[in-house]
Amino acid sequence: MIDSTIARITARGLFGRRRFLLLLPLPLLLIGLALLSDALGASPRAWAQPILGGLGFGAVLPVIALIVGTGVLGSEIDDGTLVHVLAKPLPRSQIILTKLAVAVAVTAVTVGVPMVVAGLIAGSARLGLGLAVGCAVGAFAYSALFLALSLVTRRPVLLGLIYVLLWEGLLGNLLSGTRMLSIQQYVTAVAARVGDTQLLAGRVSVPVSVVMAVVFTVGGTLLAIDRLRSFSVAGETS
Amino acid sequence: MSTVHVASGPVAPPRPAADIELRGVSRWYGNVVAVNDVTMSLTAGVTGLLGPNGAGKTTLLHMMAGFLAPSRGEVLVAGAPAWRNPAVYRHLGLVSEREAVHSFLTGWEFVLASARLHRLPQPEAAARRAIDLVEMADTQHRRIATYSKGMRQRTRVAAALVHDPQVLLLDEPFNGMDPRQRMHMMDLLHSMGAAGRTILFSSHILEEVEQLSGTVQVIVAGRLAASGDYRRIRRLMTNRPHVFTVSSSDDRALAVALMAEASVTGVELEAAGLTVRAADYGTFTRALPKIAHASGIRLRRVLPTDESLESVFSYLVAS
Repeated sequence: MIDSTIARITARGLFGRRRFLLLLPLPLLLIGLALLSDALGASPRAWAQPILGGLGFGAVLPVIALIVGTGVLGSEIDDGTLVHVLAKPLPRSQIILTKLAVAVAVTAVTVGVPMVVAGLIAGSARLGLGLAVGCAVGAFAYSALFLALSLVTRRPVLLGLIYVLLWEGLLGNLLSGTRMLSIQQYVTAVAARVGDTQLLAGRVSVPVSVVMAVVFTVGGTLLAIDRLRSFSVAGETS
Repeated sequence: MSTVHVASGPVAPPRPAADIELRGVSRWYGNVVAVNDVTMSLTAGVTGLLGPNGAGKTTLLHMMAGFLAPSRGEVLVAGAPAWRNPAVYRHLGLVSEREAVHSFLTGWEFVLASARLHRLPQPEAAARRAIDLVEMADTQHRRIATYSKGMRQRTRVAAALVHDPQVLLLDEPFNGMDPRQRMHMMDLLHSMGAAGRTILFSSHILEEVEQLSGTVQVIVAGRLAASGDYRRIRRLMTNRPHVFTVSSSDDRALAVALMAEASVTGVELEAAGLTVRAADYGTFTRALPKIAHASGIRLRRVLPTDESLESVFSYLVAS
């Protein structure tokens, strides 16, 4: 299912890029703001929703998933190194599942750890667990979506940002129908249920969230596998 | 436009099937036709894919390597379609023109990764053998980012050879190599061809093809213009009609003398000298000094006016 050689090369490529340094400030900001709120004596009721829900699930998780999800495959497409991996008798599903596994692991750890820490600062280990599960669910759904975008469009980062900022961020707050296709809403609903907390308000029911997160993950993965099978090298005719 | 078919010399023993077979293959991008109805089959030995820049060589190679779907026709590698069929890479190695490599890896790591991804039983031994073949053992533990263009190229060749494929496709493989590396790579490809491998390399440089391969496929404007033995095609090229500018100690007298020469089809007398049209390059260039000598005329300058590769190719297409 997963190829260790591809996983190693993917991880080294990911951590070796300067873009990866962008991942560090966001989690630190999350913990810093939680610590600051706590030190100033604010009740978790006041800061949990804006910091954990708004910043954590609304910005840090999707942005990091976007950087990582497009980095594991999109950057190899951009610089042409993907051809070396593709010119091997490997099932395309194995390549995609390996890339997905790396993206999910890196995203879940990079976002999950600071979220759990912030949950503990809010005073509840259960909340921390809920946030960790939410991050894992989000890591799967976002990574599969952004991996598929890398193969569907030449501008996956731009399209990903449009999805996160416009669809989830703006429309999700204005039009209730768009929430049904918002990974952020699934993540929040699952985290609130597992964390058994009122601090986070999910606007989509938990069963729908679980089903839709699976649909995004499986659908994105299958689409990515199919597109990779038909991967064409840009047709210069020199 | 018609295709010039030139039979190769001694007939090779028949193989059960060609390693690479193209049947009526075309590829277009919107309204632009990059490859136009090409049929060819390649068997063991080194074959040069020759053509001017933009002729469609890379498009053709990408289709053979399964990285581009033909818009029409069939591309088969070892009897199986190349498109959407990763199994062909068991028989095929590709060295693309774009020199992208994972530059954070060392040469050794890169070739070893290739061996592992091919699921070879002894990846380390295979990687070592491939690196030795391209003479990169001394620098194999340096990061690829520190390599020169020629070293990168050789490392890519090692990665493409690591599973000892029956078919090796190389797109402009000599770009960026110094003469010694070029010679070594030619020797390597030669010996692989002699050992029964099917090697196809593209080039827009006649001399490279001349040195390396007996068989060529000439592509011009997406069409297969000529195929077969290189020497026959070369003769066809050198025997084509040609235009020369000639200046001499007495242009008018030379013009009169040249009109008596059978290979000359026309002479124009101009201020700068003579413009001479010859039906046959070889005969004319041999006859000219003799004619001048016999007439007591001193030749000052003889310039072929359309020596560019493109004009050679377009002659092949027109013939």
